[in-house]
Amino acid sequence: MEDSSIFSQAGIIITVFLIAVPVLIATVIAVMRGRGVLQDHQDEKELKKFRKRLRKMSPEEIEKLKERKKELEYQLENDELSGKSAPKDSKGLIDNVASAEELKFIETKKKAIPRPNIEPKLTRLILWFLATAIFWLVLGTTIGEYLGIKFVAPDVDQVSWLSFGRLRPVHTNMVFWGWASLAMIGLAYYVVQRVSNVRVHSLKIGFYSLILINASVIIGSICLMAGINNGGGEYREYIWPVMALFGVGVFISLLNFWKTIANRKKKEIYVSNWYIVAAMMYVLVIAFVAYWPTWQTGLGETIVQGYYMHQGVGMWFMLLTLGLMYYFLPQQLNKPIYSYSLGILAFWTQILFYTLIGTHHFIFSAIPWWLQTVAIVGSMGMVIPVIAGTTNFLMTFKGSWHKLSSSYTLPFYLIGIIFYFTGSLQGTAEAFRFTNLIWHFTDFTVAHSHLTMYGIITFMLWGFIYTLVPRLTGKEPPQIIVGAHFWLALIGLMFYTVPLMYGSTLRGIMWMDLKPFIESVEMMAPYWLWRAIGGSLMWLSHLLFAYNFYVMVKKRIRKKVPKSPVEILKAKEQLDKNINY
Amino acid sequence: MDFFDNHKKLFRTALALFLGLTLIVAILPAINNQKNNAPLPGSAPLTKNEHAGKKSFIANGCVACHTQQVRNVDMDKVFGDRPGIPADYARIEREDFWRNTATLMGTERTGPDLTNVGKRQPSMAWNLLHLYQPRAVVETSIMPAYPWLFKVKKNADTSDITINVPDEYRKGIQGEIVATQEALDLVAYLQSLKQTPLPTGKKPMKFLYKREKPKVANNAASSGDNLPDGGKLYAANCQACHQANGEGLKGAFPSLVGSQVVLDDDIELFVDIIMNGYNAREEYAVMNAVGTDNNLSAEEVTAIINHERTSWGNDADPVTLEEVQKIMEFLKLTSEK
Repeated sequence: MEDSSIFSQAGIIITVFLIAVPVLIATVIAVMRGRGVLQDHQDEKELKKFRKRLRKMSPEEIEKLKERKKELEYQLENDELSGKSAPKDSKGLIDNVASAEELKFIETKKKAIPRPNIEPKLTRLILWFLATAIFWLVLGTTIGEYLGIKFVAPDVDQVSWLSFGRLRPVHTNMVFWGWASLAMIGLAYYVVQRVSNVRVHSLKIGFYSLILINASVIIGSICLMAGINNGGGEYREYIWPVMALFGVGVFISLLNFWKTIANRKKKEIYVSNWYIVAAMMYVLVIAFVAYWPTWQTGLGETIVQGYYMHQGVGMWFMLLTLGLMYYFLPQQLNKPIYSYSLGILAFWTQILFYTLIGTHHFIFSAIPWWLQTVAIVGSMGMVIPVIAGTTNFLMTFKGSWHKLSSSYTLPFYLIGIIFYFTGSLQGTAEAFRFTNLIWHFTDFTVAHSHLTMYGIITFMLWGFIYTLVPRLTGKEPPQIIVGAHFWLALIGLMFYTVPLMYGSTLRGIMWMDLKPFIESVEMMAPYWLWRAIGGSLMWLSHLLFAYNFYVMVKKRIRKKVPKSPVEILKAKEQLDKNINY
Repeated sequence: MDFFDNHKKLFRTALALFLGLTLIVAILPAINNQKNNAPLPGSAPLTKNEHAGKKSFIANGCVACHTQQVRNVDMDKVFGDRPGIPADYARIEREDFWRNTATLMGTERTGPDLTNVGKRQPSMAWNLLHLYQPRAVVETSIMPAYPWLFKVKKNADTSDITINVPDEYRKGIQGEIVATQEALDLVAYLQSLKQTPLPTGKKPMKFLYKREKPKVANNAASSGDNLPDGGKLYAANCQACHQANGEGLKGAFPSLVGSQVVLDDDIELFVDIIMNGYNAREEYAVMNAVGTDNNLSAEEVTAIINHERTSWGNDADPVTLEEVQKIMEFLKLTSEK
């Protein structure tokens, strides 16, 4: 195929287009920044003029401004009617004042007190984690979108590095280890130290961790495209030396968190830290068991694969994100979590049941029948932690529903919680032997994993990022674009999953009717098209999200020339002070 | 409670619980399975070329769309003669120190299962063309094309294996399209994928969840009314090579339209070819024993024959079940001798 021009291939054209879009956006941003510099320059000029005027200000002028300031600041004293004498409780009415009991284990969160300053270095670390995570989100879903197109147009390209089988694991691993994992650890760096009320043990370790995990995703992706993979277990496609980089990255951050928690300034360990530390311990155990390079002959590989694939999702992504939720949700609603005990129940039952369910991906296979049954029972047991968690979050919401409409972060939380409920229970339903019969091996699994990894994990992470970053940088994203991000992602997800689930159900039924296989491929065509359309909307929303993040970090705050009397007086005061020193 | 306030106790307990469960549901069953397992007596390890082909299968991520497991459910019986058992995977070991064991059981069937594909579709010519451009043989396939497994040569050597690509998929290619060693290895691997029969006397597991077939009144068998749907059977068993329009592919698979074998009143050769394959014509690829390999019944063969005799402008008289049955019994006898 070497003779035909590479640029005549549709796939290359699409790839170029996909790359061109971010470039175009970058150009727009660059132009805007240029304009900003110009504006800065003009403001500076005006400011200079103002300073000149300030130095030459006559005492009369100052007097006049002071007087005007006093007039503007006039306020009622609020004792015009009651007088100034102290109240006398001669009849003993003020008695038995109920004082609010502190909830056990819970940090009491007070209203509207400005947050203590966050170390600038910690801010930088967290922003780096988030920035690289968002980079992987955009790149990873660009690849995902391209894979979706390949279902509709299988001949868009015929380049080995871009062929479907090689690119699919690049997409899944990139959004797993690149986007979600980096974002979670970055956010955990905030939560762990905040609820322990101490500084992070070592910020340097944090940076090492950041570099190791990013290196693992870069090297892993290149290996996969070059055809070097681990043998085909899903999400286990990176070979072990590459995954070891990720493992070491998580391990040193785990030690970092452990020491931070050991140094905590309060007696109790807030439940967020249970989830976070547990998730990091577990992901290391999982990776170690699955990657140890001297075992797993024959079916042993499949048994471990079932365990690995599902624990990766449930004990790493879900557990850590839940931990973050236990911090960010109460914080956003400005009240404590509804029930601490439910949180504890959910924690232990999640460990107990989730660990058992791995093999439900291999029902009816040659794996021991008892192990399949244990997996099905465990899947049903998952109802307990899911309902406990959902109840806890929704009851925390209760009484604050009005905040939903006035907040741009809370809708992300709510959608995440709703998908946590529906997505997880859908997983339980899929594990039954009969539903498995229809849905297993179809795209229903793909729809399910997007409802959960996207609907739950990604939506929650977005909520957390929109909550945290403005607090770190003091800059808010444009709310209209946040809204566009939210709706595009949500509607896109629906367009993606609903047709896919419907089509897969039909496909499963066709298989059960023993129809020729190729007929079931032809039947899926329109549903695959819908999936590509939904995927495009989701992808677009990620570009908006990346823009919002950029704004939150880099937004230019315009210099302000004092105009009102108060401001002018303040500036004068500042000036005098500076001269005195 | 002290337990909840002591990070060492709390986290260590959580870790111990998880490790314990991991041991029970993953580590011990996996070790048990790899220790108490042996390959079936009739099975053979992969040859060097087949193993090279497997490496290519792994590198190109074919497992993303193709499973290799026949489950013990009725719908899977089209992919194998019996449900898979642990012994089927016992020969599979780690690829090397860097790469894990590849049982390639898979979790998605965007394309068909491949457990038994070596028996179902053993034709070298078909497999090579299908790899070069799947849509050349299966019009609605969405499988990726793998042109990088082929070379273009001005003049192919006699040792080269060339493929005959229809003009619409040759766009701008001058010369002959030759399979590389990797393509040949990959096909060798696919051809090696066959279920090993269980040792005599061992009964395979049953396929569960059988669908009840709608009952048809059993009126005299000769009418052909209660034969299965020939069109569907043709699509499942024959169409991959002979195509939906019955015209086959020039230089690879012969046309059935106006074919002497199909239209002849004596159907013995016709039944023989369906059941036992055909390799009498130089200009076409070898046909495998489709009927025997796929366990087609006399009813099914009759339905396929009648479909072929009356479609795409073919206009021969339908045959009866008895005729076919007789020939099949005769063929069985001669092959046993």
